[in-house]
Amino acid sequence: MKIGVLAIQGDVREHQRHLTALGCEVPLVRRVADLDGVEGLVMPGGESTAIGLLMQEEGLLDELRARIARGFPVYGTCAGLILLARDIEGPPPPRVGAMDITANRNAYGRQLASFEAALDIPAVGETPFVAVFIRAPRIARMGPGVVPLAFLDKEPVMAEQGPLLVSAFHPELTGDNRVHRYFVEKVRTAHYRPAS
Amino acid sequence: MDQNPNGLKGTFGVKTGLAEMLKGGVIMDVTNTEQALIAERAGAVAVMALERVPADIRAAGGVARMADPRIIREIMQAVSIPVMAKARIGHFVEAQVLQSLEVDYVDESEVLTPADEEYHIDKWQFDVPFVCGARNLGEALRRIAEGAAMIRTKGEPGTGNVVEAVRHLRTVNAEIRRVVAAPEDELGTIAKNLGAPLELVRRVKEAGRLPVVHFVAGGIATPADAALMMQLGADGIFVGSGIFKSANPEARARAVVRATLHYQDPAVIAEVSGDIGEAMPGVEISTLAPSERMQERGW
Repeated sequence: MKIGVLAIQGDVREHQRHLTALGCEVPLVRRVADLDGVEGLVMPGGESTAIGLLMQEEGLLDELRARIARGFPVYGTCAGLILLARDIEGPPPPRVGAMDITANRNAYGRQLASFEAALDIPAVGETPFVAVFIRAPRIARMGPGVVPLAFLDKEPVMAEQGPLLVSAFHPELTGDNRVHRYFVEKVRTAHYRPAS
Repeated sequence: MDQNPNGLKGTFGVKTGLAEMLKGGVIMDVTNTEQALIAERAGAVAVMALERVPADIRAAGGVARMADPRIIREIMQAVSIPVMAKARIGHFVEAQVLQSLEVDYVDESEVLTPADEEYHIDKWQFDVPFVCGARNLGEALRRIAEGAAMIRTKGEPGTGNVVEAVRHLRTVNAEIRRVVAAPEDELGTIAKNLGAPLELVRRVKEAGRLPVVHFVAGGIATPADAALMMQLGADGIFVGSGIFKSANPEARARAVVRATLHYQDPAVIAEVSGDIGEAMPGVEISTLAPSERMQERGW
């Protein structure tokens, strides 16, 4: 299975390592041509303003919107969540905007407020998942089609809608690859039809 | 702010985590909100808030200190990207002040005049993460042992001359290769010769790289300089004087960001390097007296 990692900027190699360990072929995606033959995409953590601007310049925002409309699976972590969110509280970066959520940027505060916490994520198993939140966004609103998958203090921190998956935290920063396994399964069962 | 009483803050994983998010990006020195906004709009992943860029510090002479907190606060309010600020080597009170301002990263920097010629800051005492300069593997690992969560080359700041940054990055990479190739029973002697803790030398051998993110800094002035450092294996780029001492900062900032992204594509680097005005004036390193070389500060 071929799952790309958006490689504009951010913790690209950590996602690549997890997906490779799960048996995927993992091309790095910097421009539209890099998406050839790719069945799903991970948008890593990084700085959403920088990533969004450069995705726009590369034509990747339009391309991803078109693909997502045909069922293309995308998993966004942290900055990736912001870039997938339809609405933004705080300065809005150029973004894909395909998921019916509102993201509140840096809602937990600056770096001093960044933290680790153990989360229950029933969809990936019973053992708590050690989640790292770095200047993380909050999911301030979920549309009716959005399914929450994990909560922290009663607020959703991981959610999905159709082929789209988001988390406010960084599963790629730990050795635990269960969230990536969940996304790989999502790609496997997706009904994405490439444009002919 | 403290809405997650169960969450663990200030852990090494949280500190290195932010550096991981900056990888592949460009961090720019800025001295006011207008420059900070130019940097953010150009796609910088963070800014370094300063009172003067290194070229001006060099020109001014005298003692260079932490920036005025007012400037740092204004910049923090102006942009949504992370804001870093510099403390003098060993000046842990400047670092305490920067932490209380809630900057996102403290740079314990040789660009400022050292406050202590023997001891660097004990960075484990802080929740805010630190980046430190290094010219070789031993120096990098000593800083990590003191709690640094990110390393950058020292280069020679404020010169617009990339030669020292190249030397430092190549030196660290060559020393890492030597550690990786060495058998286990030689690591103790290697650690002694590097002046670095054995435990960290072991981690370098296992990972084949530094245990934290490794950026370059000190003399990067052009898009091609940035791409050169990325091709040599840097995780990302600090540009100090290179942007705002050039003729057209806005165009140069965008060009450096794009060249850092497409560092393997000379056609893109050619395209972005045209029509961006003059680069900052450069300084030949051999014309600097040893006392003027900022890289000699720290150990």
